[in-house]
Amino acid sequence: MITELGHFALALALIVALIQATVPMIGAQKNDPALMAIARPAALAQFGLIGFSFAALIHAFVTNDFSVVGAYENSHTAQPLFYKIAGAWGNHEGSMVLWITILALFGASVAVFGENLPPALRARALSVQAMITVGFIAFILFTSNPFLRLVPAPLEGVGLNPLLQHPGMAIHPPMLYSGYVGFSMAFSFAIAALIEGRVDAAWARWVRPWTLAAWVLLTCGIGLGSWWAYTILGWGGWWAWDPVENASFIPWLTGTALLHSAIVVEKREALKSWTILLAIITFSLSLLGTFLVRSGILTSVHAFASDPTRGVFVLALLSVAIGGSLILYAVRAPTLEGGGVFAPISREGGLLLNNLFLSTAAATVLLGTLYPLIAEALDLGKLTVGPPYFNGVFVPLMVPLVIVAGIGPFLAWKRGDLLAARARLGVAGAGTIFVIIVSAALSHNDWQALAAAGGLGLSTWLALASICEWIDRVHPLRSGALARIRHLPRAAHGMTLAHLGFAIVIAGATASTAWKEEHNQIQAAGSTVTVAGYTLRFEGATDVPGPNYSAKEGRFVVLKGDDEIGVLTPQRREYIQPRQVGTSPAIMTVALGDIYAVLGDPDGDKGFATRLYFQPLVPWLWLGVLLMAAGGLCSLSDRRLRVGAPRRTTRAATNAAAQPAE
Amino acid sequence: MTDAPTSPEAPSPARKRWPYFVPLIVIAAMFGIFGKRLLDVERGADPRLIPTVLLDTQVPAFELEGLPGRSDPRGLAATDLKGDVTLVNVWGSWCIACVQEHPTLLQIAKENKVAIHGIDWRDTPDRGLAWLKQRGDPYARVAQDPHGEAAIAFGVTAAPESFLVDKNGVIRFKQVGPITPEVWRDQIAPLIEQLRK
Repeated sequence: MITELGHFALALALIVALIQATVPMIGAQKNDPALMAIARPAALAQFGLIGFSFAALIHAFVTNDFSVVGAYENSHTAQPLFYKIAGAWGNHEGSMVLWITILALFGASVAVFGENLPPALRARALSVQAMITVGFIAFILFTSNPFLRLVPAPLEGVGLNPLLQHPGMAIHPPMLYSGYVGFSMAFSFAIAALIEGRVDAAWARWVRPWTLAAWVLLTCGIGLGSWWAYTILGWGGWWAWDPVENASFIPWLTGTALLHSAIVVEKREALKSWTILLAIITFSLSLLGTFLVRSGILTSVHAFASDPTRGVFVLALLSVAIGGSLILYAVRAPTLEGGGVFAPISREGGLLLNNLFLSTAAATVLLGTLYPLIAEALDLGKLTVGPPYFNGVFVPLMVPLVIVAGIGPFLAWKRGDLLAARARLGVAGAGTIFVIIVSAALSHNDWQALAAAGGLGLSTWLALASICEWIDRVHPLRSGALARIRHLPRAAHGMTLAHLGFAIVIAGATASTAWKEEHNQIQAAGSTVTVAGYTLRFEGATDVPGPNYSAKEGRFVVLKGDDEIGVLTPQRREYIQPRQVGTSPAIMTVALGDIYAVLGDPDGDKGFATRLYFQPLVPWLWLGVLLMAAGGLCSLSDRRLRVGAPRRTTRAATNAAAQPAE
Repeated sequence: MTDAPTSPEAPSPARKRWPYFVPLIVIAAMFGIFGKRLLDVERGADPRLIPTVLLDTQVPAFELEGLPGRSDPRGLAATDLKGDVTLVNVWGSWCIACVQEHPTLLQIAKENKVAIHGIDWRDTPDRGLAWLKQRGDPYARVAQDPHGEAAIAFGVTAAPESFLVDKNGVIRFKQVGPITPEVWRDQIAPLIEQLRK
C-alpha cells in the first residue's frame, strides 16, 4: 500500500512540477506577483511529495518487501539495516529517486532561504529548476519505475552487491548526487539571468553559495569514492581514470572554475558571459556524468545495467536541456558583456588563468573519456584510452595552475604588482627549491623520480605561498592578531584552507604514484617480506565467519626492526548472498604512508598468494580532500553570503553600464 | 559591490556573435556521436563486445576433468567439440549473471536445440554441483576449470560467456554476458540452423 502511495506521490509531484515550471515563469514575464508567488509553495509541495515517495521506497527495503523488484534484487533479510537502506539507492531506479529528491531539496531550500532574492529572479530560477524535475520524474515514471511489483513475491531477496556493502559506498552516492544536483542551482540561476538579460555582482553573490555547497559535496563525494576503491577493491590504487570516475571529476573541474570566475563577477563584474557558460556547462556535465553510464552509450566496469530504451529517453532529455540552454546562451549572452577592465597581471588575470587551465583540463579528460566513442563513430576501430593519456595531458596542465594559484592571491584587483608579490613570495620560492633539490637527491636518478620531486616542489610552493599570503594579511605575531583573524572575511580563510588542502592532495598523489612499492608472492606461514623497511611476517590464514559471508583471514605481523608494531588481517571473503568473492585489504597507517596487505587465493598447498604494498602519503589525499571541503564550508559561512542581503543597483544604472561606451 | 559598473569595455553593436554559438556546435556534435552509438546498440551491437580474436579459428586445445558425482561425470576436451554444432558456456556458482541466464539455457536444453557444454570456472566441484542440483542442469557435459586454464585460452574476461562452435571445431560466435531469450532467438538459433546446413 505504502509502495503504491509512493508511486502516486511521484505522479502528483510531476503535476506540481509542471505547474511550477510554467506559472511562475509566465508571472515573471508579465510581472504578476501573484503568479510568481506560486513558485515557493510549489517547490515545498514538490519536495514533500518526492520526499514521501523516496521514504516509501526505503520503507519497502527496510520491511523486506520483496514484491518490489528493487528490494528483491538489492536487499536480503540477513543484510544489516544500514545496507538495507543504502540498497534503496544501490541500483538504477532507486538512485534516480534519490537524485530527484536532492533536486527537490535544493529547490525547496531556495524557496525557504531565498528571502533576499528579487521575486522575479527567484520565480524564474525555481521555474527552471522545476523544468529539470519534470524531465526526470517523467524519465523515472516512464522508463525506470522503482515501485514495480513482482508477482508472486519471492520469499528472499538477492542481496546488495557485497562490494557496495561498505560505509563509504553507502554515503558516496548521496554525496556525489548532492554535488551534481547542487550545480543545478547555478544552472537555474544562469538560465534565469539569461532570460532576464541581467548578470551583475548581486547575481554572482546569490549564485556563489549554491555553487560552493555543491562543490563541497562533490569534493567529498569524489573523495569518498576514491577512498572506497582504495579500501575495498584491493587493487591497491585510489584513482584509475575509469569513465565513471571521470564523469564525476569533469564537472568538479568546471565547477571549481565556476567558483573562481563567480568571484570575478562579484567583485569586478567582468567575465559575465563566461561565468554563465560555465554554470550551464558544469550542470550539463553533471547530467552527462549521471546518465551517460546508464544509457549504454558509455560503459564502465562499475556502471548500472544499461538499457537502450532508457538511453533514447535520456539523450532526448539531455538534448532539450543542454541544447536549449546553449541556444538561449548563444542568443542572449552577447548582450551581457561589459564590466571592469583589468591588466593581465592582476587578481582577475590570475583567476582567468585558473579558469583557462581548469577548463582545458576538463576538456582533455572529457575528450579522453569519449575518445573510444568518437573513434568508433569515425570507424577508427575499437580502442581504449588509458591512464598514460590522462596522466600525460592532465599533469602538465596542473603545473601552471598550481604556480598561478600560489601567486594570484597576492595580486591586487585591476592591476597587480608582480614585483611586490615576488618579494613576498621569496620564502615560498626558496622552500620549493629546497624541497625539489632534497627529494631529487634522495631518490634514484631517473626522470620519473625527478618528476616526482617536481610534484612535491609544486605542493610545497602552493602550501607555503598560501600560508605566506595568510600571514601577510593577519600578521599573527604582531599585537591585535586575533582581531585581524576575526575580521578577515571567512572566504579568505576558506581560500587558504582549500589551497592548502589542494597542496596536500598534490603531495599525496605524487608520492603515492612515484614511490609505491608492490610485492606479489606466494607465502606460507612463517615467511617474511620486507616492505619499505618494515618486515611483514605471514602467520597463516584462518576461517572467520562474517554476518553475510565466510572469510579466510590472513594474519601478518608488522615488525619495525625487532619491534612488533601491529597486525594486519586482510580477508578473502565469500559472500553468501549473492555469491561472490571479495577481498578486504588490511591497511595500517605508519609515518609516511600506508602498509597495505591483500590476501589472495590459496595455492592449493599451504601457501597463499599475497600482495603487499607500501603506499606513500595516501592518507594525505584524504586529509587534503577534507581540508578542501573545510575551506569550502568556511567560505560558505562568510557573513557576506548569509546576511547583508546583496542589494541590486537600480535597473537604470545597470542598463547604463551595458551601453556602448563610444 | 566594490565599485559602480562604469565600463569602457562594453560591447560595441558590431560585436561578433558567432563565438557564442561554439558551445552549442560542440555539444551538438557530441550528441550526434551519442545518437549514433545508441542506434548501433539498438541494432544489436553490444557496447561491451570485444571482438574475440578467436572468432573463426579452431577452439584452443584444452582438456578438463568433469564434476565427480554428476550423472555424467565425463570432462570436456577440445576434441569433444567436433561432429556437431555445440554451445560452450562458461559459468560459476559464484556468478550472479549466470543465475539470470540459467532459465534460458534450461529452455534451450529442454527444446533439445543444441548440446550445451558447461565450463565451471574458478569454482569447486561440490559448489558447482550443488548449484546445478538447485537450479537445474542444462548441460550435456560439465568440465571443471578451477584455475581458469581453459577460460584463459578462450579469452574469457567475465562469466557468463558463451561460444558457439561449429561441427569442425571452429568458434563462430561469442556472447559476452548472459544469453537472453532475444539473443538466442535473433542471433544464436539462426546461426545454428545455418551452420548445420
